[in-house]
Amino acid sequence: MDYELPEELRMLQETVRRFVDRELIPIERETMEGPKLKPEAQEMLEEKAKAVGLWLYDVPEEYGGQGLGLLARAVVWAELARTIALPSRNVNIFGPIVSPILYFLNDEQKQRYLYPVLEGKLRHCFAQTEPDAGGDPGNMRTTAVRDGDDYIINGTKRFITGAADADFAQVIAATDREKGSRGGISAFLVDMDTPGVNLLRAQETMMHDRPWEIAFEDVRVPSENMIGGEGDGFKFAQNWISAGRIRHGARGIGVIERCLELGASYAKQRSTFGSPLAERQSVQWMLVDSYADLHMLKLMVYAAASKHDDGGDIRYDSYIVKYFGDTKSFEAADKCMQIHGGLGLTTDLPIEHMWRDQRSFIITEGPTEILKMALSRHVLRQYGD
Amino acid sequence: MKLLVAVKRVIDYNVKVRVKADETGVETANVKMSMNPFDEIAVEEAVRLLEDGTATEVVAVSLGVQQCQETIRTALAMGADRGIHVKTDEELQPLAVAKLLAKIVEKETPDIVILGKQAIDDDSNQTGQMLAGLLGWSQGTFASKVYLADGKANVTREVDGGLETLAINLPAIVTTDLRLNEPRYASLPNIMKAKKKEITEITPDELGVDVAPRLTTLKVTEPPKREGGIKVETVSDLIDKLKNEAGVI
Ligand SMILES: Cc1cc2nc3c(=O)[nH]c(=O)nc-3n(C[C@H](O)[C@H](O)[C@H](O)COP(=O)(O)OP(=O)(O)OC[C@H]3O[C@@H](n4cnc5c(N)ncnc54)[C@H](O)[C@@H]3O)c2cc1C
Repeated sequence: MDYELPEELRMLQETVRRFVDRELIPIERETMEGPKLKPEAQEMLEEKAKAVGLWLYDVPEEYGGQGLGLLARAVVWAELARTIALPSRNVNIFGPIVSPILYFLNDEQKQRYLYPVLEGKLRHCFAQTEPDAGGDPGNMRTTAVRDGDDYIINGTKRFITGAADADFAQVIAATDREKGSRGGISAFLVDMDTPGVNLLRAQETMMHDRPWEIAFEDVRVPSENMIGGEGDGFKFAQNWISAGRIRHGARGIGVIERCLELGASYAKQRSTFGSPLAERQSVQWMLVDSYADLHMLKLMVYAAASKHDDGGDIRYDSYIVKYFGDTKSFEAADKCMQIHGGLGLTTDLPIEHMWRDQRSFIITEGPTEILKMALSRHVLRQYGD
Repeated sequence: MKLLVAVKRVIDYNVKVRVKADETGVETANVKMSMNPFDEIAVEEAVRLLEDGTATEVVAVSLGVQQCQETIRTALAMGADRGIHVKTDEELQPLAVAKLLAKIVEKETPDIVILGKQAIDDDSNQTGQMLAGLLGWSQGTFASKVYLADGKANVTREVDGGLETLAINLPAIVTTDLRLNEPRYASLPNIMKAKKKEITEITPDELGVDVAPRLTTLKVTEPPKREGGIKVETVSDLIDKLKNEAGVI
């Protein structure tokens, strides 16, 4: 049993760490404009990402990417999370954002949607959440009703990241509301310029993100735009959603590390009542708690990611990794903020930004309570008579 | 043209070094190690010569414990072609390293050996010069620019009075200064390629070199802590203190 990362991943980690320290942290407060990177920052960072050889690192080799395994990607994600220079949800300096569901398209659909995305010609968004169905998508109200060779989509989607820039959306809709998540949900590729697709408004959040509300009114979509068959809406999702949850844990690693770096430095410099904060047990314990969480999180993330790379099913591991990583990294940011006093609240430091981002992840892409609900079923099945 | 680059595994430059409690050295357990920054510059220079077609092969050599292979691997990921690891758990002092490198040079017959001007752990600044002495080769130390032409290496050196450029005959030893170049990142595709590159292992015994330390370290201590300063009211107070308390004027 080896708890160390393999040699090449330690080298990759070092490369990304240097990249973050040299290219990102020095400009981390100047790169963003609203929810996006400034165009000039985007261009400059893409060039640098190419120089480090990270271009398309997460795209499978058969599609021209570097096909890094989940453990390797987790190493990259963790290092990138040490800075607030990049958008926390749609990191796009390493190539176009490719939602993994696109790899499950049929060949004809790949020609129309996947390859143009990979070439940077088309952009997309993922539309699942609704005003009345978020963490419980099986209960969604948006319907897709068969009409000859087409489907007619009606409903409202909310909190859709990147909708205004998207050329098409992957829309998740109910083809059978009775069946719900048990075979009643289907996925469609919908061009955003289809009549009946209307962007209603962007919602301001406490983070940089400005997700959109979209209305679908009698939107006619040809049946060849359905992903998989009717009722397959959730079928493709499981595998990559598990991997996506590992990203939360990996992000948490980077955030906690940065908070330890900042918190410990400040605690050594700042003196009150005649001695440095670092000599106060209450402050020491904040740092130690974050350090212990970091250690646990690393072991969890590395173990789950390697298991996934070895072909194992990490659904339950990924639930734990997501809520543990999001919660503990938020707590680390909170403690780091406390150690910094008023300075921790200012935008001179990255702490308040990390604090807001990490808080938001405890809600999005699976709130903690829902993950624990799913885990509790697993635990009760496994233990007790 | 063949180039040999020496790369040393040292405590990472970001680590705050701590002296061991028994004063025999510094703490290296659980401490992050990486390639000596001057050696990164040496590798970068060699790889650039490889890329512009001047050199045909770059061999990276490291000497010391098993984990030195990671340092070699980093050089390979930056673009070196293959590695040689002289493996030993003994403490290696500059003279021993120079003797071992001289043996490797006999076997490999490179045209130029590029080394860092010093390693950031012991700051000896001796190995390159000793190696030149042992081999009887010309040397261009503290290079801030290297330009090869007509079978000579033109090495610009940073000296007290400014910049000095030497034209030295090959084969030669070059040691690198900070401003020679800015080392590249070990890029992801090159890290993956480096996995397949060859590292040959050899021991000081096999090279016939006695590496026994010639120098004894008596003790290693922290520099004295800086005392807090004081503020004076006037210039004449300052002069008074410098004269009568510090006794420096
Ligand atoms: C910035 C941002 C970007 C987003 N981007 C997208 C996107 O691109 N595409 C997309 O489809 N969605 C997106 N979302 C939606 C996001 O994934 C949802 O907000 C999330 O899934 C939670 O859904 P909800 O807000 O409807 O909360 P609900 O599901 O209504 O839950 C509310 C709260 O109730 C609690 N709760 C819920 N169920 C249970 C239970 N069974 N037991 C105990 N407690 C429970 C939880 O604490 C939860 O926080 C985004 C959201 C934000 C804020």
